[in-house]
Amino acid sequence: MKNSMVVIVERKDFQNLFDVLSKRGYQISGPTLRDNAVIYDNISAVEDLPVGWTDHQEGGRYRLEQTNKKSLFACVVGPHTWKKILYPAEHTFIQVKRNGSKLEITSAEKKPPKSALIGVRPCELHALAIYDKVLKDGPYPATSYLQRRQDLFIVAVNCVNPGGTCFCASMNTGPKATSGFDLALTEIINNDRHYFVVETGSKLGADLLKEIPNKEAGIEETQTADKALQKAAARMGRTLDIKGIHDLLYRHFDDPHWGEITKRCMTCGNCTMVCPTCFCVNVEDTTSLDGRQAERLRKWDSCFTVGFSYIHGGSIRATETSRYRQWMMHKLSYWQNQFGTLGCVGCGRCITWCPVGIDITEEAAYFRKNDK
Amino acid sequence: MLIDLFSIRRTMKETFDTFSLELEPQYGEKSFTFAPGQFNMLYVYGVGEVPISISGDPTRHKSLIHTTREVGTVTRAMRKLKVGDTLGVRGPYGSSWPVEKAVGCDVVIVAGGIGLAPLRPVIYYILSHREKYGKVVLLYGTRTPEDILFRKDLEKWRGRFDLETHLTVDRATGSWHGNVGVVTTLIGRAPFDPLNCMAMVCGPEIMMRFTVLELQKRGVEDGKIFISMERNMKCGIGLCGHCQLGPTFVCKEGPVYTYKNLKDVFLKREM
Repeated sequence: MKNSMVVIVERKDFQNLFDVLSKRGYQISGPTLRDNAVIYDNISAVEDLPVGWTDHQEGGRYRLEQTNKKSLFACVVGPHTWKKILYPAEHTFIQVKRNGSKLEITSAEKKPPKSALIGVRPCELHALAIYDKVLKDGPYPATSYLQRRQDLFIVAVNCVNPGGTCFCASMNTGPKATSGFDLALTEIINNDRHYFVVETGSKLGADLLKEIPNKEAGIEETQTADKALQKAAARMGRTLDIKGIHDLLYRHFDDPHWGEITKRCMTCGNCTMVCPTCFCVNVEDTTSLDGRQAERLRKWDSCFTVGFSYIHGGSIRATETSRYRQWMMHKLSYWQNQFGTLGCVGCGRCITWCPVGIDITEEAAYFRKNDK
Repeated sequence: MLIDLFSIRRTMKETFDTFSLELEPQYGEKSFTFAPGQFNMLYVYGVGEVPISISGDPTRHKSLIHTTREVGTVTRAMRKLKVGDTLGVRGPYGSSWPVEKAVGCDVVIVAGGIGLAPLRPVIYYILSHREKYGKVVLLYGTRTPEDILFRKDLEKWRGRFDLETHLTVDRATGSWHGNVGVVTTLIGRAPFDPLNCMAMVCGPEIMMRFTVLELQKRGVEDGKIFISMERNMKCGIGLCGHCQLGPTFVCKEGPVYTYKNLKDVFLKREM
């Protein structure tokens, strides 16, 4: 947005953001602590955020740690993604009633509540933009996604503390949000002062900000934030060199290394569940016991299952090797043909939540190193 | 994803394991337009939905014909349906055979087994606009004579002077007196101009692969060979991801592709 404005909101005034959003009828979702992980759920106050917690992430490893600082956003992304809210894991979209030989088919879509997301990371903004391309911009958009996306209020949070498996800097998706938000925060704790540098990204965002005590940002304050983000970009846990990656993987389609990866891969599908861009769903039909009603559901699905590519006679991708290759090549190659963008935003979730720590950046680097 | 309700007007047993359903809309407009090669998602109440290609005449809009083999839960339930029963229909979806582009050219149609079903609309279309095309050749192969689909149509087509129809079976049984051998053996001597033709091929992938080789041997360009692919489809509209074939979605860019566009993908195993 051309007329973006940068202001300072002090930590003590931060609760106002929640209050204003609630007052305007938004259901607020954001990061919160549950079962030793930071997940996304409905929240209503600052205290619901993982105050004072930070995370340590590595391949197949996720640990939380309490710190002395009272940061609100020191944990980067956890196992949840916003698709949980925007494209729920299970969703009934058609209802059918039977009366004798007559059928009556009706839409089961209900208007969802207006939603505000607090703590959307820059990589996740890019994931949302990709989801838009897949679910919204095609000839047959997904109704439920459209409805949820429409009235969305997005409070982004820039990443001053990148995680161990993060690689957004090399994907050009972070650590600073550049578009797709209403407000973007950079959290700064400097000596005894705790404040947020807030950038507006939309008219609505600017309008809402009027109701939250703030002051114009000074040069020193914005510089502190910029420096913190520059430093963050320089200490990403990982990197992925995307130059020519589309053709690189095509050239290695028959590389025996895929087989080496799948000696470790258990095809559990964790990477697809935690991925913010994975969109594959299954469609299931169920019937009531008396046979008078039927429903059609959409459920998240994973290309790692044998059934995913099943047609009469067998599965197209019967081997584990072909399924891992499908997933990785979809993210980095096919996606570019299909939607004109990469299908990976560098959030690192697939690395952290892989039970055996398979690392997409490491595998991509292998193919690059062994490319003739 | 709107589902329209259709009634079954007629059921037809084609072979021991394949059948056709003729449908008519229950409400609204009493017509249905599609392009040859496209498919519909057919819904059997409480059982599920499957993609089935349209096998009827595209120039007749009053009814809709699908031909399918009984291979899974939904098609099994579909076969049990009777005249007057209700079926849900979404579509038509996907790309189509190049019947317009083929105007002025010879047309070679090569079908294997149930692959004739999505090609029958092409034959209907061409026969009702026959003067616009050059030589038209239909080459059809099945495993056994019992697997031959659309016998009545084939008998009629074989009797025409403006359509060259050749049949072959992999294995002769009973009183079969025709060709024996795979369908690709018919391509070498089929009368068409390889430099001015469009080839439309549908059948098992292995059959399409060798058909393409034979067509290439005759000198047909890759851009003039069209093949129809099959993959798992759950939504038919490019959202569910199941039908991905490398860089494409079979429900969107397919099912009909030019061989030129699919070449890099077609020969890769488990892509």
